[in-house]
Amino acid sequence: MSVYENVFTQVQVRPDIPEFGVGDPLIARERVGKPSFEYWLGVIGNAQVGPIYLGGYGIASLIFGFFALEIIGLNMLASVHWSPIQFVRQLPWLALEPPKPQYGIMILPPLAEGGWWLMAGFFLTSAVILWWLRMYTRAVALGMGTHTAWAFASAIWLYLVLGFIRPLLMGHWSEAVPFGIFPHLDWTASFSLRYGNLFYNPFHMLSIAFLYGSALLFAMHGGTILAVGRYGGEREVEQMLYRGTAAERAALFWRWTMGFNATMESIHRWAWWFAVLCPLTGGIGILLTGTVVDNWYLWAVQHNVAPSYPHIFPPVVDPATTGASQ
Amino acid sequence: MRNLVLLFATAAFVLLTAAMLFTAGWSHPPIHGLQTGYRGLAMDQLSTNASEHLLKLANTLPDPIDKASADGDKATSAYKNVQVLTDLSVDQFNRVMLGLSAWVAPQDQGCTYCHNPDNMADDNLYTKKVARVMLKMTRHINQDWQAHVGTVGVTCYTCHRGQPVPANLWFKGGRETAGFATNNDGLGHPNKINGSTGLSTDPFSGYLDGDGVARVQATQALPVGFGAPIQQTEKTYALMMSLSTSLGVNCTYCHNSRAFSQWPQSTPQRVTAWHGIQMTRELNAQYLETLQSEWPPNRLGPTGDGPKLYCATCHQGAPKPLLGVSLAKDWPELGGVATP
Repeated sequence: MSVYENVFTQVQVRPDIPEFGVGDPLIARERVGKPSFEYWLGVIGNAQVGPIYLGGYGIASLIFGFFALEIIGLNMLASVHWSPIQFVRQLPWLALEPPKPQYGIMILPPLAEGGWWLMAGFFLTSAVILWWLRMYTRAVALGMGTHTAWAFASAIWLYLVLGFIRPLLMGHWSEAVPFGIFPHLDWTASFSLRYGNLFYNPFHMLSIAFLYGSALLFAMHGGTILAVGRYGGEREVEQMLYRGTAAERAALFWRWTMGFNATMESIHRWAWWFAVLCPLTGGIGILLTGTVVDNWYLWAVQHNVAPSYPHIFPPVVDPATTGASQ
Repeated sequence: MRNLVLLFATAAFVLLTAAMLFTAGWSHPPIHGLQTGYRGLAMDQLSTNASEHLLKLANTLPDPIDKASADGDKATSAYKNVQVLTDLSVDQFNRVMLGLSAWVAPQDQGCTYCHNPDNMADDNLYTKKVARVMLKMTRHINQDWQAHVGTVGVTCYTCHRGQPVPANLWFKGGRETAGFATNNDGLGHPNKINGSTGLSTDPFSGYLDGDGVARVQATQALPVGFGAPIQQTEKTYALMMSLSTSLGVNCTYCHNSRAFSQWPQSTPQRVTAWHGIQMTRELNAQYLETLQSEWPPNRLGPTGDGPKLYCATCHQGAPKPLLGVSLAKDWPELGGVATP
C-alpha cells in the first residue's frame, strides 16, 4: 500500500467516456469545451479537464477584469517609455498609483494623477464581484451550500476596505493601495510606518493568529487524511458512523495526542472559520487605522499592550525640540 | 509526451536553481552580528568578512602631503586673485593646491583642470569657480558643523576620492511619462537611491533642497484630522532607505524599529544623523545651488538642475566617512581642528 505514502496522487481515475456531471440540458447548454484527460493534471488532481461553465457572470467578469488589467498594464508600459525590455525587467516594481492627496475623493481626477487608478479599481472590483455572483449561483445550481462564496466574500471585504471603504472614510483616495507587485508591498510597509506600527493593532494580531492558525489546521487536517489514506480516509464523512474506519483512527489519533478531537465534519468548520476570520478581522483592523486610531504604538502604550524596555543609551532627546544650534 | 514534460520540467528546475545560485546577491557566511540595543529588540548591525573587506578597500587613504608652515608671506601677497584662502601662508596655500591636484583633478590634467597655465589668476574655467565655493564649504563644515562631523572633519578627499566629480550626487527626478499616462509621482522604479525598492525615485527634492517634513507618524494615539498622507510616508521611507544605503547600516543603527518616531528609544546616532540632514540642506542651499549658473550642460541633471549632495556623497557606504579616520586634523588650512 506504499502508493498512499507518495507525494503525488498515484491512482488516476480515467473513465472511457468523460463525466459530464449533473444538470438538465438548460444548464448543460452553458458548459463549453470538449472534455479530455491530462496525465500531469491527474498527478495533482482530477485528470479530466472540462467542460467549463462560463455563463453570463463569468463572461462579464472576464471582460471587466481584462479592462482592469489593460489599464494597469498599459500605464505600467507607459512608465517605462513603452520599452518591452524595461517592462519585463522592471515589472515587479512598476506601479499604478492612486490619486494624490489633494484630490480627496474626487470622482475623476486627471487621468495622469490617479484617474486611471480609479478606473482600474472600478473595473477590477466589478470583475471580482461578478466572479462572486458566479460562484454563488453555481453553488446554488448544484444544490450546494454557499459557504465557498461567503468565504470569498470575506476576502472581498478586506479588498474593499483597503481600496474603497477606508479611503472614503478618510476622505482621500490617496490612502488606497496602488496596483503593482512591489508597490503594494511598499504601501503595506509605509501604511504600518505611518500609523505607528500595525503589529500593535489588536485586529491585526487576530488576523495573524487566524492566518497562522489556518496554515496549522490545514497541515493537521491534510496530514491526518493522508495518513489514513490506506483505509480510505478521503471518504471522510461517510465513514463517521462506523468503527475501525479511517475516520475513527484519525479521530483517535488526535484524542490520544491532545485529549480532544474535532469530528470529520467539524474540522471543516474549524478550517472555514479560521480562513474566513483572517481577512474579516484584518479588514476591521485596517478600517480602524487612521479613522479611529492614528498611532497604534502610542495606543498600545496607553492600554498597557506595548512593553517598555530598559534604556541602555545615554538619554536621547529630539534635537528639533531642544533648540540645538542646527 | 510524458517524458517531454518531465525533461522540460527538469531543465526549468536546473536553470532556475542555477539562476538563483549565481544571480542573487548572496552573503557568504559567517554573518557577523553586533548587538547595539537591549535584547529582544533586534537592534543589530550585520556584516560579513567580504563586506568588511570591501569597505576597507573602498576607504583607502591618500598619500599624506607634507605639512606647511603658517609663517612667512601670505598667499595674497605672492599670488593674484586669491579670494578664499586669504589667511594662508604661501606654503600652506601651495599645500592646498597640491591636495586639490591629488584628490580632485584628473591625473592627466593636474593644475590645468582649474587653471589657465598661461595665467593662473584667470577665472575663465568653471572648475575654478566651483573649487572656490567648495573650499568655502569645506571650511564651513569643519568650523560650524561639529554637531555632525565632530572633530573628525572633512577634506576634499572625503567626497572626491581622486575623482573630479564625487561618485554619489543627486539631481531632481524628471517626469516618467508623457501625456495622460499615470505619472505615479516618481514611484515604481528601482534605483540606487531608493535601495532598489518601488518607493520614490527622488526622495530628496523638496527635502534636501528645501524644508520638507520627514516626520509622518502621529504624535498622539487618536486622530485629530487628516495627518501625513501615505505618499509622504513613502517619500520619507525612500529617504531613510537612501540614508541606510549611504551609511551601510540598517534601520536599527538609529531607530528602535518598533516605534520609529520615538526619540527616547532611539540611539544617539539618530541625533548625529538629524544634524547631518540639517547640514546637507544648508550646504545644498548655500553652496551647491549658488553654482547653478556655472555648471556646463554635461554636469546638469535631466531637469537642468546642478548636482546636489546627500549622505552618500561623503559617507560612501560607511557609517563614518573613511571609516572615521580624520584627515582634517592634518589640514588646518581647510578649517580642520589641527593636531597639537
